[in-house]
Amino acid sequence: MNAPRTDLEQLAQQVAGWARPGEEVEAYLARGSGTEARTYEGEVESLSSEAYAGAGIRVVAGHRQGFAYAGSLAPDVLAETLEEARDNASFASPEDWVGLPRPDGVAPAPLELWREELAGFTTAAKVAAALDLEKAVRSADRRIRQVESATWGDSSSEMALASSVGTSAADRSTACYLSVTAVAGDAAASQVAHGYTVGRAPSELDPAKAVNDAVTRAVRMLGATKPRSAHLPVVLEPRVSAQLLGLLGQVLSGEMVLKGISLFAGHLGEAVAAPAFTLVDDPTEPAAWGASAFDAEGLACRRNVLIEDGVLRAFLYDTTSARRAGTQPTASAVRASYKGAPGVGARAICLTPGPMSQPEVLAHIGDGLLVQSVTGVHSGVNPVSGDFSVGAEGLLVQGGQLGAPVKEMTIASTIQRMLQGVVAVGADLEWLPAPAAGMTIAISEMSMSGS
Amino acid sequence: MTHAAGDLLASLDEGVVTRVLGRALATGGEFAELFAEDRRGSLMTFDDGRVEDLSSGRERGAGIRVVVGNTTGFAHTAELTEAGLLAAAEAASAAARSGGGGVRQVALSRARVESPSPVEVLPQEVGKARKVELLRRADHSARAAGGAVRQVTVNYRDSRRQVLVANSEGVFATDDQVRVRFGVSVVASGDTGMQTGGESAGATMGFELFATRDVDQLARSAAERALLKLRARPAPSGQLPVVIKAGSGGVLFHEACGHGLEADHIAKQVSVFAGRVGEQVASPLVTLVDDGTMTHQWGAMAIDDEGHPTKRNVLIDQGVLTDYMWDWLRARKEGRAGPANGRRESYQHLPMVRMTNTFLLNGDESPEEIIRQTPYGVYVAQLGGGQVNTTTGDFVFGMTEAYLIEDGQVTEPLRDANLIGNGPEVLRNIDVVGNDFAMGWPGTCGKQGQGVPVGMGQPTLRVRALTVGGTAR
Repeated sequence: MNAPRTDLEQLAQQVAGWARPGEEVEAYLARGSGTEARTYEGEVESLSSEAYAGAGIRVVAGHRQGFAYAGSLAPDVLAETLEEARDNASFASPEDWVGLPRPDGVAPAPLELWREELAGFTTAAKVAAALDLEKAVRSADRRIRQVESATWGDSSSEMALASSVGTSAADRSTACYLSVTAVAGDAAASQVAHGYTVGRAPSELDPAKAVNDAVTRAVRMLGATKPRSAHLPVVLEPRVSAQLLGLLGQVLSGEMVLKGISLFAGHLGEAVAAPAFTLVDDPTEPAAWGASAFDAEGLACRRNVLIEDGVLRAFLYDTTSARRAGTQPTASAVRASYKGAPGVGARAICLTPGPMSQPEVLAHIGDGLLVQSVTGVHSGVNPVSGDFSVGAEGLLVQGGQLGAPVKEMTIASTIQRMLQGVVAVGADLEWLPAPAAGMTIAISEMSMSGS
Repeated sequence: MTHAAGDLLASLDEGVVTRVLGRALATGGEFAELFAEDRRGSLMTFDDGRVEDLSSGRERGAGIRVVVGNTTGFAHTAELTEAGLLAAAEAASAAARSGGGGVRQVALSRARVESPSPVEVLPQEVGKARKVELLRRADHSARAAGGAVRQVTVNYRDSRRQVLVANSEGVFATDDQVRVRFGVSVVASGDTGMQTGGESAGATMGFELFATRDVDQLARSAAERALLKLRARPAPSGQLPVVIKAGSGGVLFHEACGHGLEADHIAKQVSVFAGRVGEQVASPLVTLVDDGTMTHQWGAMAIDDEGHPTKRNVLIDQGVLTDYMWDWLRARKEGRAGPANGRRESYQHLPMVRMTNTFLLNGDESPEEIIRQTPYGVYVAQLGGGQVNTTTGDFVFGMTEAYLIEDGQVTEPLRDANLIGNGPEVLRNIDVVGNDFAMGWPGTCGKQGQGVPVGMGQPTLRVRALTVGGTAR
């Protein structure tokens, strides 16, 4: 185990050292702070400051795993939490493949995700940024009748992990964002759209983009009607494709394959997507929102090619699922927070961009639908059956040009058919606050349900 | 966990609370509030034929809110000591940007509100082996339902949330909320690929939930749902009459108008129901209620997260909009008494207007007759989640068990799809309401990133036209 780089890593190593003979112990510690400022009608509506610290402890004994967490880093609480994880382990089923990872010698990517600049950005400046954003949206177009809220948010997070079998990791990152919700129209017929910009420091934000995204998208939807049902080509905007590509992380989980519930089980080496489709999960990409030097079990993150020219190449594995499958982990362990045990997931899914701009993609499909936002992804996409049905709004495309706005419809297909039906991938790659990058994507046909 | 039974919140007596609120107001705040919480939870997952995940934990802390003019300052701390609370009080008060000085005395009046959900057996006091046994039984029953069952996942969750809320208006109240939830999801595999089925039960009560809810039955119905869908055909695409089964998940009303009746959306004019109190906004068959006092229901509490006793509120009475739902902030701006819908996910969050248990009251038609009188349409027997855009009123919700209705008979099962509609339009288009009211599954409602438990319910009903988002040609 390396010498601790931070006080947090030192504490994690100390907890790992509490392991009893024949027992593996892993401590994941997290600590952070943040600010959120919301404005409304030119005033600060709320200003919240956040500070948290917590621990998640895993114990493996006799091939049984138990987990416990606590919202504190106090030594007596950590000892109590370890005891609870031990007790939980004693009720789990023993399996040969259950165990903590051993260091595998892969060096962590030299990512620098922490910006000192954020600490020097005053609360007054944060509030001013949110107020300016609100004002800019209100004055951008006379058809904007309301700004529901404009928000500044930032976070500074630190993690450390250490286990009694030799893993040890420490990392930190900063993030900030500005987001705004614009309402266009009148009380009788309003349209709403969101705009945002994200970065690791204030100087990386682009407020003008947030303003333009919110205003343009709200205004162009004015007069939207419910379209007639049709089967037609569909173009997804980057923020929509990022949402949908993120779901593939789940579908490509090796754990789902092992449990016999993956759409793609048994299809390695086969064409599961159109030839234009090359998909990687690469948390070592510094521009990715989900960039990370370490996975949630302390292994160095790496670039994993999942689909290459349409052919399925690999699944994602954490240590447990890799051992069970008889393969190497892809360092794809994730956890939502210190409150959860690690599981398999993607952090930075990205499709290889194509050559076309969005207008060129629209020209390429000729007639169809441009989708600017979707709803009900959690209720309408079934990652096991592949059934896909989501609420949508956007603009009809006629002769390659944007036409009438449409709303209150669904677009539907299956995940399998959508992947095979990708006919164009845009060049407009954009890293969004999601486990995937977005870009304009055209799908040859989907069912649009309206009137 | 072998936590000392000693009640952590008990150390926050009137003296400490008074000093903390006093500090929060010391720089001129108009309102200060302390929300302290001690939450324990455990989760057990039986997956792939074995006990896969056992986890448990505890979090405690307090959030302090200070209001000056239209600005709310908020800070939280995990230190439930007087020093920790005083520091958070200063941070919240600084955040509210309060200017002037002045000392204000806070006079607390301790309120005793009976919990609508008495607990017989604290789940934390039930042995883990007994819980594991329930999971194992459910796994066995689901697998026994048919050879095509490919995979079974069973979850058991319990939580205990003790809260204390005090504010500068004198509120001083506590609550002890115990919830237990059990869920089964099944994957079945056949010639047409794989399909999923799920079922869950949950209540604001202790382990005695399992005296009335049979886990074998839950497991069988989850499995039957997955097996049935193996022969499902693609759902229709377009507008059709839709009959929704009683208790299938009142998510229809939660999305169609529930969120749109929250006073924060109203105040900002981002709800299609703004300014419409007293108007006929729904079919006269619709009487909609939100009721946080509903015994043992998933969204039941003695007090809301601002310390006010929960209430039964009629929101729509025979189609006429009677009232919105209120939290302290919105009620104060409108000069109204009795907010009861201020909720928050945890001490780390600001409260806002939220639903509790939201449901449609009975009509007088029999459910069989409603189906018989529908020549062609879709019968939804189980709903999934949903989402709404309150500004346009457009909302979606998923169907996870559905059938075609042909010539007044329920026929072929359908694959999963979302339905989409516009709130005010759908409320007007409800043309029959049944007499078989039932509450649905335990839900988690998300708003601005905060999840809270909510209950939903409704009798069988029909909407004249809803857009079904399938793929059938």
